[in-house]
Amino acid sequence: MFDQKNPYLPYSVIIDDIVVETEDKSLKTFKLVIEDEGIRQNWNHTPGQFAMLSVPGKGEAAIGIASSPTEKGYLLFTVSRIGSLTTALHQLPKGARIGVRGPLGNGFPVNSEFKGKNIVVIAGGYAFTTLRATIVYLLAHRQDYGKITLIYGARTPGMLLYRNELKDWEQSGLVECHITVDREAPGWNGIVGFVPAVTERVAPAPENSVAVVCGPPIMIKFTMPALEKTGWKDEQIYLSLENRMKCGLGVCGHCNVGPVYVCKDGPVFTRARVKGLPVEF
Amino acid sequence: MTVKHAELTQEIQRQAKELLASGEVAAFLGFSAGSLPMTTRPFVARTPQEAERLVWNSFCTVNLANYLPALLKSLEPPRSPKDPPPTGPLPKVGVLATGCWSRNIVVQIQENQVDRSRLVILGVPSRGMVDRKKVLAALQGKEVLEAQEDDHSLRLKGKWGETELSRWAVVRDNCQSCRHPNPVLFDRLLDAASERQAQAPFSQIEAIEAMSSDERWQWFQQAFASCIRCYACRNACPLCYCSTCFVDDNRPQWVGKALNAPDVLTFHILRAFHCAGRCTDCGACESVCPMGIKVRLLTQKLSKDILTLFGAEAGMDVSVPPPFTTYAPSDQNPFECDTCSSKGKKE
Amino acid sequence: MPMKIRINDHQLIQWIQGLITKFQVFYPLQDANSGVVHIQKATGSLNSDAILKPVSGVPKTSIKTFFMPQPEVIARFSIAAQDAEAFVLKEPGTALQTQVLLNIRPCDARSVALNSMPYAEDPYFQKMLKRTVIIGRPCDETCSTCFCELVGGSPHGTEGMDLVILKTEDGLALEVLTQKGADFLKQNPCAESAGLQPTPQQQGGQELPIVAREMQKKDLLALYNASFWPQIAEACINCGACTFLCPTCYCFDIQDEVAGTKGVRLRYWDSCMFPLFTLHASGHNPRGQKVQRVRNRFMHKFKYFPDRFGPVSCVGCGRCVKDCPVNIDIREVISLMQAV
Repeated sequence: MFDQKNPYLPYSVIIDDIVVETEDKSLKTFKLVIEDEGIRQNWNHTPGQFAMLSVPGKGEAAIGIASSPTEKGYLLFTVSRIGSLTTALHQLPKGARIGVRGPLGNGFPVNSEFKGKNIVVIAGGYAFTTLRATIVYLLAHRQDYGKITLIYGARTPGMLLYRNELKDWEQSGLVECHITVDREAPGWNGIVGFVPAVTERVAPAPENSVAVVCGPPIMIKFTMPALEKTGWKDEQIYLSLENRMKCGLGVCGHCNVGPVYVCKDGPVFTRARVKGLPVEF
Repeated sequence: MTVKHAELTQEIQRQAKELLASGEVAAFLGFSAGSLPMTTRPFVARTPQEAERLVWNSFCTVNLANYLPALLKSLEPPRSPKDPPPTGPLPKVGVLATGCWSRNIVVQIQENQVDRSRLVILGVPSRGMVDRKKVLAALQGKEVLEAQEDDHSLRLKGKWGETELSRWAVVRDNCQSCRHPNPVLFDRLLDAASERQAQAPFSQIEAIEAMSSDERWQWFQQAFASCIRCYACRNACPLCYCSTCFVDDNRPQWVGKALNAPDVLTFHILRAFHCAGRCTDCGACESVCPMGIKVRLLTQKLSKDILTLFGAEAGMDVSVPPPFTTYAPSDQNPFECDTCSSKGKKE
Repeated sequence: MPMKIRINDHQLIQWIQGLITKFQVFYPLQDANSGVVHIQKATGSLNSDAILKPVSGVPKTSIKTFFMPQPEVIARFSIAAQDAEAFVLKEPGTALQTQVLLNIRPCDARSVALNSMPYAEDPYFQKMLKRTVIIGRPCDETCSTCFCELVGGSPHGTEGMDLVILKTEDGLALEVLTQKGADFLKQNPCAESAGLQPTPQQQGGQELPIVAREMQKKDLLALYNASFWPQIAEACINCGACTFLCPTCYCFDIQDEVAGTKGVRLRYWDSCMFPLFTLHASGHNPRGQKVQRVRNRFMHKFKYFPDRFGPVSCVGCGRCVKDCPVNIDIREVISLMQAV
């Protein structure tokens, strides 16, 4: 929980840069700079946490933080243009002022359960955003973790996020990358196939490992058996849920999945925990 | 229970049992007894045994037509949006219908919400349903612990003792002003047709029309001031089946969502207009309003206008298209603003 | 140090008439035409009967609106481009004066205590709590729809009240229950009440009602997957009457409204009965079906809330029982859940 005096009031931020991520222009990464210097310098979060992005006059939406806390002075949010708030956000120019309320939620346990383990990151589509934050964080503390494996898929090469960074990670040899697209595409020399199939082929070893899996429900559904086959236990698998949220503080009641609030108790849960909950996500 | 209603209850149970036992219908939609005096519960019987729970009395105020589209759909074999529509006959539903509910079924057929061939309609001429709020008012708020109805009176018992009220005095406004108590569409009629016919069906509306425009504005604001926007009126209405209601839409957002007078009034007036030419004055909206708002006065005003302008009443005949789905050059099109009559096109 | 004093009718009337001149005072009053009880603002002087003989029926709406105004401005902003602080959200900064809720039933007062649990860190709710003095009144008469004792309350309970007016064998008494109540009486004494101290609260928390302990012990998914939910939901029209009348349904939505260049961020009541409550921008809806929403309301009150906070989120006022358009009776649902 962040320690603002009034947790409903966002920090004012300026859009410092906008990067169009995908060929269909439906995903943009916003680089935001908190206006108040003190707050900017004291900002800290855990990879996997989210924030409420606020366009005054339009409202708020919960968006995962795509930057790592090790990237100081700014925040990154990769936003899909899908609802009324995100459409308004996509129309804003560089220099515009918006609001950020956060960080919210629990994040991945990078400083506890993940320490000393091999990390397998499995992502599909634009759910990759908080996993970018995670990989950047892991790389900044490389000695604390074992092998890092990334399995990431998108529909087409042009729909892959953070393409330059993917290249850097791959070339550096610090991350074992398996980047895949759904179908053959001109100019694409990499893997072709769905994430579950690639996961099965790569078959990451479960010993002393954790997996974080983010993506569309259908991808998650078929990736789980692939992991089970190689002996992964539910306690080793971390998922991030997305439910409609309003307050982000566990009060307003919108995002409950049974007794848990995704905004406050999550969004990160082990698969073991998710299995004990009603399927309302 | 009235002698009449007791007889009808038995007849409904008998026919519903028979329909379910023979397999002619897969479900029978009626009412079961409520947990409090003067209440009933919309109820779906799926076995002859369950049909024994069906009741008929003066407190069946919810419009059963409202449940038909979802109930029919629930009986279809499950399929995904890409699958072809099922071939062959689909399971049928038996349903009770008074005059207004049967007219709502007609509107639903005209608007392709229900399939006539899947309905077995048991027509029940209505004696008028009782308004619990009128009973509460007549008893100055005292709690009723037991209610018994005779054909023409209600006997109400509570901690204060016992009071007898004339049944007709506490019948709902829409039933008192009803001109069509008899079902217009049915497969079986369970009772002899009712002879009653309101003499001045629009008297409540005429009283409001007689006000000056300032007075009407005052009336409108006050009448809806206690609305909590629970949308019971909308959700109890068989006409309100849009998958996203305009008040819930956020792209664009037509009305604000909080309890601000302009938004509340906009909701009610627009909802009424959406029902123009389709409303059968079943009174469900008003009966379900927890705040006791006279919601149906708006829709009844529009029913009056439609009758005056087009000579039309909703749901009287499946083959007659609703007035607002057709156009004829001879249609009346008067426009007159009574605050600035100079702009009227009439003169 | 005394915690309560005896007062006579005259002293009570004088005290309350005095409060009305200083504060906004709200109290239940029965409407003569409809027989319905509403909580109304006292204007001018009150009829002495309204003070001495509080109405016995449950008010139509609960007192939650005094803690969660419908709507509530949570921030203001400007969208004028030339404004140096355009698009910066600021607290509304409205000064909140003391409000007095008079002759409040134990169930309604208790709802404030229950709602304070999820709202423990909510600055707006806490401000409202601070500005509000609840003067309660035990119930002499219960309705057939009342079930406060089943869910851990009592017709003579005082939880959530700051002060309570009691009937004794030889007249009336005024008892102080909280420090806020004691401070209020110090500033606004009734007879010799100025030195009264709050009644010490039970230490270690009150014992949970049986129903809460039962529900806590039950398996979450067994309750969730119980076979009775479709039957309960069948008649439901998915309106929000139950949630909006309920004193312990506290969910809200947040939206911005702009007029000209001035904007406000509002929060207002929302209902888990509405399909929009959980609808994602993508179109996916985790509780898209009616039965899921109906189940959520009862599961929240009797399983999720007890699992999180202890008590059940219901005070047994019976409003939903009385005013459900299709007579879904929460007491029947509780029995069904208990039987799982």
